[in-house]
Amino acid sequence: MPLIETVKLYQKHGNQDILNDINLAVEPGEVFALIGPTWAGKTTLLRLLNLLDTPRSGHIYYQGVDTAGSAGLRADLRRRMAFVFQKPVAFDMNVFDNIAAGLKWRKEKKSEIHKKVENMLEIVGMSDYRQRKANTLSGGEMQRVAIARAVVNEPELLLMDEPSANLDAASSMKVEALITDIIRLYNTTIIISTHDMAQGQRLADRVGVMLDGEILQSGDWRQVFNSPHNEDVASFVGVENIIEGTVASSQDEIVSIKAGGNEIQAVSEYPVGKEVGACIRPEDITLAKTRLSTSARNSFAGPIKKIVSFGVLARVEIDCGFPLIALVTKRSAEEMGLERGKEVYASFKATAVHVINR
Amino acid sequence: MTEIWNGFTKALELIVSLDPEVMEISGRSLVISITAVALASLICLPLASLIHFNKFPGKRTLVSLIQTFYSIPTVAVGLFVFLMFSRVGPLGGLNLLFTPTVMIIGQMLLVTPILLGLTISALSGVNTAIIDTARSLGAGGFQMTALILREARFAVLAAISLAFGRAISEIGVAILVGGNIRGFTRVITTAIALETSRGDIEFSIALGIILIFIALITNIVLNRIQQR
Repeated sequence: MPLIETVKLYQKHGNQDILNDINLAVEPGEVFALIGPTWAGKTTLLRLLNLLDTPRSGHIYYQGVDTAGSAGLRADLRRRMAFVFQKPVAFDMNVFDNIAAGLKWRKEKKSEIHKKVENMLEIVGMSDYRQRKANTLSGGEMQRVAIARAVVNEPELLLMDEPSANLDAASSMKVEALITDIIRLYNTTIIISTHDMAQGQRLADRVGVMLDGEILQSGDWRQVFNSPHNEDVASFVGVENIIEGTVASSQDEIVSIKAGGNEIQAVSEYPVGKEVGACIRPEDITLAKTRLSTSARNSFAGPIKKIVSFGVLARVEIDCGFPLIALVTKRSAEEMGLERGKEVYASFKATAVHVINR
Repeated sequence: MTEIWNGFTKALELIVSLDPEVMEISGRSLVISITAVALASLICLPLASLIHFNKFPGKRTLVSLIQTFYSIPTVAVGLFVFLMFSRVGPLGGLNLLFTPTVMIIGQMLLVTPILLGLTISALSGVNTAIIDTARSLGAGGFQMTALILREARFAVLAAISLAFGRAISEIGVAILVGGNIRGFTRVITTAIALETSRGDIEFSIALGIILIFIALITNIVLNRIQQR
């Protein structure tokens, strides 16, 4: 039985649809990442799961129990979960008392509270801060206290809303490392929201891509990452090349897709005549000055339209009859002497192309 | 002018020598007003939370009504309590008129609007994220109220100190339902009124100074609490 399950969940704010037909089931012990851009409805969904708000329609089941019950039932169920908000707030007390709050409300023994909080302080690396006023902490420190404050209650279900979104890179890494520790130390079921695809991939067993209030695709991150169901998911998960075309021929699961005067070879079962999108991740494309005799079935020549470098990488835009974006290291771009207007060969395997319905 | 100056020096003598009557009257004033404000706080703080945290029709009207009563004349409250507790009133059978008890009840009524209204605005000042966080951590109704009051404690303490200031300095209730009975219901304000009309200026000045002194001490104590 799933630990928590939503059935046909809808939410509105005024006239605006925030959540649309959310059907999500998370199994005990699972780490699930809700991935989506800002305003996708992630916070709204997490608040509903924590029973802080009530949905417009639909049901939430916690271990099979319908949560649309009395305030008392909802409060009892809420005590079996914990929620780390995106922007954590400190109670006007010291760090120790902040972390101890949930345990006190659960009427735990004083000696137990002391033991658990001290242990938690150590896990989050804040033992020296126990007497500090929590509202004097930095954003990253407060986020760690907020995580400690939630996890110390040993919840069955831990909800985390973009726990590292508002932090600088160093604090964000610390918080992510802490979450990894918590996943390892406690066998808690976790639902974490993030706008960072890579973070979802690093932390979760399963991811769900949420766009405009809908979970468009969920599953193992590799599957979502490499085989997005549609164009929206594909572009969100970082597929920069979605080339529109028509299946021209099909043989032994290899199709040939006609696009911009060229033909792209891909692995697919779509029939001839079908209008499709060919998704190619920019990092799967190899560039060369001359035509390479590799195993890659696809090789197209074209002039470079634009080169933008960021960090150690360079993003190269090529016109092969259709626009194609490739990622290469800045170093190899320099070695090949890539520059605007220069002709290059772009190659990729048929298996690197993921074909979607259009 | 010399008369006033003499009044001052004699008043200081009364205070420094801890004149029994001055001390007794001051003590009674303090006991009655502190009791009234403490009891009113016990009722008003949870009641204000109840009003603040619940949605019901007429809530806004109720809050404006409460605010309207901030400056209700003390004699009006005194008269109301007098009528309630007079022999012919609905509570006349309790035989409480002209006792310290009924003075406490009157002062409680007097400070209720200030305590309720200012506590409600203090609670409105608490970040809703605090409330969400507490709910998500499993705080129940009473625990939540306690936490929110704690978060708003400075504003709540300000409300209590204002209420105390209004209670200790009022005369309408004390004179109407207390009756200014020497050694029983005579308090600082009623004593000043009486002694001034009788021409005993130094006694009045001494009590006036003590009243200001009480206000000062209250302020200092509150400031200390707020700085913690």
